[in-house]
Amino acid sequence: MKAAVIVFPGSNCDRDMAVALRNAGADVTMVWHKDEGLPKGMDLVAVPGGFSFGDYLRCGAIAAQSPVCHGLVEHVNRGGYALGVCNGFQVLTETRLLPGALMRNAGLKFVCKSVDLKVATSDSAFTRGYEKGSVVSIPVAHHDGNYFCDDETLAALKGDDRIAFTYVDNPNGAKADIAGVLSENRRVLGMMPHPERAVDGQHGGTDGQALFRGLIDQVVSA
Amino acid sequence: MKAKVYVMLKNGVLDPQGEAVRHALGALGFGGVEGVRQGKVIELDLADGTSEATIKEMCEKLLANTVIESYSIEIL
Repeated sequence: MKAAVIVFPGSNCDRDMAVALRNAGADVTMVWHKDEGLPKGMDLVAVPGGFSFGDYLRCGAIAAQSPVCHGLVEHVNRGGYALGVCNGFQVLTETRLLPGALMRNAGLKFVCKSVDLKVATSDSAFTRGYEKGSVVSIPVAHHDGNYFCDDETLAALKGDDRIAFTYVDNPNGAKADIAGVLSENRRVLGMMPHPERAVDGQHGGTDGQALFRGLIDQVVSA
Repeated sequence: MKAKVYVMLKNGVLDPQGEAVRHALGALGFGGVEGVRQGKVIELDLADGTSEATIKEMCEKLLANTVIESYSIEIL
């Protein structure tokens, strides 16, 4: 599987993302935000965590307008896979590839800890490696992870089984405890927790591995 | 020409920062502060003749996230 990891000024989880993807078997290319379009033949585009453009204006807002994001939107519209983690999730909502928005944490504090997530669906390339309803431990590290969408959107997300992960103990006030959501075609996942920080024994946990392995197995066998 | 864009969280969207400011005002002894909403003001220095429609487009595309925010434009 060929994967691109986008690097913005202020990204700080780009290399972790690349390592997690490589360890799961992907051929990874790093792509700078000013690049027009993406390298050809990418199966997956990963938008990493960090503080792109210093979180100016709104988290992810400036990054979403960068040249490479036009390529990202084209990639998704062609049916390509995309994974946005933390700031990457914020970028995906700002590009409107995913519904909703990430707001300031309800407790106003930056939250940095491992949290338990419930796998809300196993029906996606990203979550097929988990059993639906199982609980996994993945770190969060964010100030703006409070997922918001209107009630109509929430009903659609629930009705279409597009909520990927929910928090067992909501750390940020997210609506319906939502930690991650899928696009309508289930090929785009945005999530606040960092699966790439839970792929090595030395990370203190490996619950993120199944996400990358499941994704790569699905794409390779497709 | 100059324009100001006011960006506020939409009604019904919880504003935790505004709530924290409201609590702080109460703690300072200011009674009767029933609500605080915090937003932003963006000042634009524009070429003369820039239309309000163009400013609106700026708001829709970048300055506001209309999923959670509303905006208003004041041309000075």
